[in-house]
Amino acid sequence: MTTFKTSFIASVFWPRLKRNRMAMAGLIVVLLLFAVSLMAPFLTPYDPSAINAWDVLQSPSWKHWFGTDELGRDVLTRVLFGARISLKVGFVAVGIAVFLGTLVGLAAGYYGGWVDSLLMRCVDIMLCFPSFFLILAVIAFLNPSIWIIMAVIGLTGWMGVARLVRAEVLAIREMDYIMAARCIGCSDLRIILRHILPNALSPVLVAATLGVAGAILTESALSFLGIGVQPPTPSWGNILTSGKDYIEFAWWLSLFPGKAILVTVLAYNLLGEGIRDALDPRTMK
Amino acid sequence: MTTYLLKRIAMLVPLMLGITLITFTVIHLAPGEPVDMQMAMNPKVGKEARERLTKFYGLDKPLHEQYFTWLGKLARLDLGRSFSSDNRPVLDKIKERLPITLPLNLVALIIEFGLAIPIGVLAAVKRDTVLDKGITVIVFLGFAVPTFWLALLLMYFFGVKLNWLPISGLHTLGYESYSWLGRLWDLTKHLILPVCVASFGSFAGVSRYMRSAMLQVIGQDYITTARAKGLSERVVIWKHALRNALLPLITLLGFSIPGLIGGSVIFETIFAIPGMGQLFYQGVMSRDYPVVMGILVIGAFLTLLGNLIADISYALADPRIRQQ
Repeated sequence: MTTFKTSFIASVFWPRLKRNRMAMAGLIVVLLLFAVSLMAPFLTPYDPSAINAWDVLQSPSWKHWFGTDELGRDVLTRVLFGARISLKVGFVAVGIAVFLGTLVGLAAGYYGGWVDSLLMRCVDIMLCFPSFFLILAVIAFLNPSIWIIMAVIGLTGWMGVARLVRAEVLAIREMDYIMAARCIGCSDLRIILRHILPNALSPVLVAATLGVAGAILTESALSFLGIGVQPPTPSWGNILTSGKDYIEFAWWLSLFPGKAILVTVLAYNLLGEGIRDALDPRTMK
Repeated sequence: MTTYLLKRIAMLVPLMLGITLITFTVIHLAPGEPVDMQMAMNPKVGKEARERLTKFYGLDKPLHEQYFTWLGKLARLDLGRSFSSDNRPVLDKIKERLPITLPLNLVALIIEFGLAIPIGVLAAVKRDTVLDKGITVIVFLGFAVPTFWLALLLMYFFGVKLNWLPISGLHTLGYESYSWLGRLWDLTKHLILPVCVASFGSFAGVSRYMRSAMLQVIGQDYITTARAKGLSERVVIWKHALRNALLPLITLLGFSIPGLIGGSVIFETIFAIPGMGQLFYQGVMSRDYPVVMGILVIGAFLTLLGNLIADISYALADPRIRQQ
C-alpha cells in the first residue's frame, strides 16, 4: 500500500502538478514564506517592536524599504515577522477544521441513517450563521489570544470538509472491496480508517490548501478590526489598522502588508487549484 | 409542490432551535457573568443592585432554565435591553439599522450577480482564449484581495488622493438643507465606495461558478441539437444554455447571504455606516451581550429565510425538483 502511494505521487501526481506553471509558482511562494518566517530575525537588522521616535512615519527609503510606522518601527521587518502569524493561523486553524470535518463526514457517510441526518442538520445549522459574526462573537467574550483565534476559525470552518468527505464516503461505501473487507471480518473502525479514509482524502487536500488561504484572510480581517492578534505582535492585519489611521499621510503602511496578504492567499489558491487538477481522474490520460 | 413546501418549512423548526442553542452556548462561553460586564461599565452599581440584576436576567437559575426563558422571550421578539448607556431594547436598535444594511446589501448583490453572470458566461464561451485567461487572472486576484484592504485602497485613491468621494458616513454635514435631488446625490456619493467593496466580496466566486456551470451545460446534447437545427449562436448561448446554467445559481444566491451580512461588519466599520454590521462590531467591542446575541440570532434567521426563498424559487424554476 505504501509503495503504491509513493509510486502514485512520484509517477502521476507530481509530474502533473509540475506541468502546471501557476501551481508551481504558488508552491514556490509558499515555500519562500516558510523560509521567511523561519529566518525572519536574520533577514533584517531591525527588531519588529523596537520603537524609534526619530524615525516616525518615514516614507520608503534605502534604510527602510517599506518605510516606518507611527512608532518608528520598520514596516518591512514587521511584515516579515507577520508571515509567522499567518502561517501559524493558516495551518492550525485548517488542521482543526480538517480533523473535525473529516470525523463528522466519515461518521455521517459510513453510518448513514439517523447519525447522518443528525450530523448533517448540525452542518446546516452552522452554515446559517454568518461565520464572521460567529467568530467575532466568540472572540469578543473570550480574551483574544492567537490560540483562541486559531481555534475559533477552525471550529467555524469544518462544515465544507464534512460535506466533501461524506459525499466521498457515500460513494466508496458501496464499492466491492469494502464488501470484501466486511466479509473477512474487518471491524468498522478498521474499514473506515484503512480502507475508506485514504481514498476519501484527495478532495480534503484541496479543501485544506484553499482553506489555509481563507483562514489567513479571516485572521487578517480580525486583526485589522482590533479583535485578532494584539499589538505589539506584528500581523499583516494589525499593521493595516495603523494604515487606516494614517491613510492620509502614510500610504506605505497600507500598501505593503496588503500586498503580502494578496500574494500569500493567491499562492495558496493557485496551489490548491493545481492539486485539484492533478488529482482529477477525469483529466487523466 | 405542496408536500415539498411543507417538508421544507417543517425542517425550519429544528434548524431554528439549533441556531438558538448555538447562540446561547456561544454567549455562555464567556468567563464571568454578564452582570459583571454590565457592572464593569457602570462602577456605581452596588451589591444589592447586582443581585437585582442577576434576578432580572435570571442568572441565579440553572442553565437550561435560562435557555428556555430566553427562548420564550425570543418567541415574543423580546431580545432584551442593550447594556450601553441608552439601555434601549435591542429589537429597536436592530430595527433602525436593518433599513440601512439590507438595501445596501441588496444593491451590492444585484451588482455582483449582474456583473458576474455575463463575465462567467463570456469566459465559458471563449474558453481557453486570451479573454478567458484574462478573466481567470482577475478572478484569482479577486479571491485573494482582502476586502478591507480593497476598501483602504479605494479610500486612499478616490477619497484622499483624488478627493472625489467622501470616505465615511452616509451624509455630508448639513445635508438637510439640500433639495431632495441634492440629498439623493449626496447619499449616492457616500454609498459608491461601500457598495463597490460589498459587491466585490463574492464576485470572483460567482463568476467562477457561472463559468463552470456554463461549461457543463454547453457540453450537453441538447445544445448540440440546438446548434444542429441552425439556431444562431447568440440564441443557443444566451437562451438555451444560460437558462439551465442559472439554476444552480439560485442556491448560490441563498448561500451568499451569510457572507454578505458577515461582510457588512467590515465595510460598515471602515466607512462608518450606521448599519447592523457596525452595531454588531460596537456590541462586540463593548461586550454588550444582548445586542450581540440578538444580532447573531437575527442574522442566522435571515440566512435561513434566504435559503428557504432560494429553495422555493429553485423548485418553481425547475420542474424536476417539483415533481420529486
